[in-house]
Amino acid sequence: MSRQVNRTIILSVATVAGGLGLSALAHSPDIAGQAGSGFWLGTLLLWLAATLAARDLAGLAAQQRKPSGLLALAVPLLVGFLLVVLWELITVGAGVPAVLMPPPSMVAARFGGALPVLAADFVQTFVKSALPGYAIGCAAGFGTAVLADRVPFLRRGLLPVANFASALPIIGIAPIMVMWFGFDWPSKAAVVAVMTFFPMLVQTGAGLAATGRIERDLMRTYAAGYLTTLVCLRLPQALPFIFTALKINATLALIGAIVAEFFGTPIVGMGFRISIEAARLSLDMVWAEIALAALAGSAFYGAIALAERAATGWHPSMRAAR
Amino acid sequence: MPMTSEALAPPARPVARATLAEGNALPIATVVLTIVIVWYLSALLANWTGTFDALARAGNPTDLQAVATATMQQERPVVPAPHQVAAELWKGVFGFAPSSKRSLLFHGWVTLSATLLGFAIGAALGIALAIAIVHLRSVEASIMPWIVASQTVPILAVAPIVIVALGAVGIDGLMPKALIAAYLCFFPVTVGMVKGLNAPDRMLRDLMRTYSASQTGILLRLRLPSALPYLFASLKIALAASLVGTIVAELPTGAQAGLGARLLAGSYYGQTVQIWAALIGAALLAALLVQAVALAEAATYRAMGVRSR
Repeated sequence: MSRQVNRTIILSVATVAGGLGLSALAHSPDIAGQAGSGFWLGTLLLWLAATLAARDLAGLAAQQRKPSGLLALAVPLLVGFLLVVLWELITVGAGVPAVLMPPPSMVAARFGGALPVLAADFVQTFVKSALPGYAIGCAAGFGTAVLADRVPFLRRGLLPVANFASALPIIGIAPIMVMWFGFDWPSKAAVVAVMTFFPMLVQTGAGLAATGRIERDLMRTYAAGYLTTLVCLRLPQALPFIFTALKINATLALIGAIVAEFFGTPIVGMGFRISIEAARLSLDMVWAEIALAALAGSAFYGAIALAERAATGWHPSMRAAR
Repeated sequence: MPMTSEALAPPARPVARATLAEGNALPIATVVLTIVIVWYLSALLANWTGTFDALARAGNPTDLQAVATATMQQERPVVPAPHQVAAELWKGVFGFAPSSKRSLLFHGWVTLSATLLGFAIGAALGIALAIAIVHLRSVEASIMPWIVASQTVPILAVAPIVIVALGAVGIDGLMPKALIAAYLCFFPVTVGMVKGLNAPDRMLRDLMRTYSASQTGILLRLRLPSALPYLFASLKIALAASLVGTIVAELPTGAQAGLGARLLAGSYYGQTVQIWAALIGAALLAALLVQAVALAEAATYRAMGVRSR
């Protein structure tokens, strides 16, 4: 048991140290662009060490009686580290031109150097376009679902149509919205609102239908009216579904805002920057924007996942996950 | 990605059939009719000012009826009337030879071929990953979090780079678009298949053991058959995602053909009716594709001898 722990620690430390060392080595003028077989052998060994370490860590995490987040987090972190290091080693070592695939170090440098531009793009695309659209779309979808649930005729007509609509390439309405609402953020917010509307409608509709017969009958024996039943029983029951929609929509919102910018923008915004810099072949800036988008998207998603855990901790699906 | 959770949910096939039998036709028809009426009304209202000014400038009568009629026949309306879009769609599909660049069939085919290729790659990758994840714990622990993380990256934003990078290596045409489509559609398939392959409970797996079935035997005779409903549910989502990926991949590259290129060209030249026609065309394509998967699902169940549940 403890020997296994020791081996895991040694392998992990070797992976991290070897990765950093090889990365530094790759940048030396003798190796950059003309790495010999020794360098590639080292890379291969690093890969091997990381794979073994990941396997051992996964084994340890599975053996734990009380699973802690730290060990479970270590495996993906290690794999992520390996990916970035391999990317760095291959692009620098083999001298891949930066217009094809810039190494992570170059992207990081660009990220640090272009912070004001990135901040402006972030505000334009995320804060001004994605967030309001997300709020409007989710609120409207939720309201429509509650309304449709109240009127059975509407539910039977609307939900199939909404189900159909959520399979459509809604992103295509972007040019129309740009035509209606102009180049600035309102058109992007409108695209996001329409994109997020249908998942919310479908999920809330399904959630409101998820209440069991027994629970509803119990509420009737309490002489609870429609509103009480809705607030005290059916909406709490629907919360897991609603959070699913919120999480789906979190990724959709950022995609919608960025893609809508391909159809015309003021000269700021992540989608604008990506298409402009890709055309100028400065891919380090493009990757910096993508890193920003990934960070923002993951943070948004994570915030909603945390809210979900706080709000639906009582639900069996959450308790089982713990 | 969109509707991923639907892949997680148990498939809703039997429910859909049951509600159809109860007669949802009337409510659906009512909702669709309402949408068309609202569409006409918004066409009337949105085009009113522009039409009114145009008529007044030309010295034509500007009474209520004349303007109302004219709002429905604008060359570049703010909101085109449904029949204008239908006419443009009809013209695009049947008006030109399918090989003509003005034919919607031509553009639809360009999009469809990339969508199907991307779908094939993505679905194969998704199934392979799911099988690896179910059988190897280290693969699950090391790869699964990154699969989830990969989907929080707005991949559509990477489309231009993928196309530029692949173009520089000499890969162009269908493949770059298909790769973006594949990236979007492997995820729902992986998630759905992992769930489906794990669906048989411990007892059934133990039973297979008592038959001294190998891992491959369990996979082929127990896990895969019981994963089928999950597979088809996620294939529908994946196909829709693949179409979206292809259309968006056609945007930033200055692509000459495809429904996405039609959208972009229409937006550049203010051809509203063309945009709407391309959009409705894409929607019809999506509906057809999802329907095709549903048919394949029904045929598979019939071939396997599943009685209608």
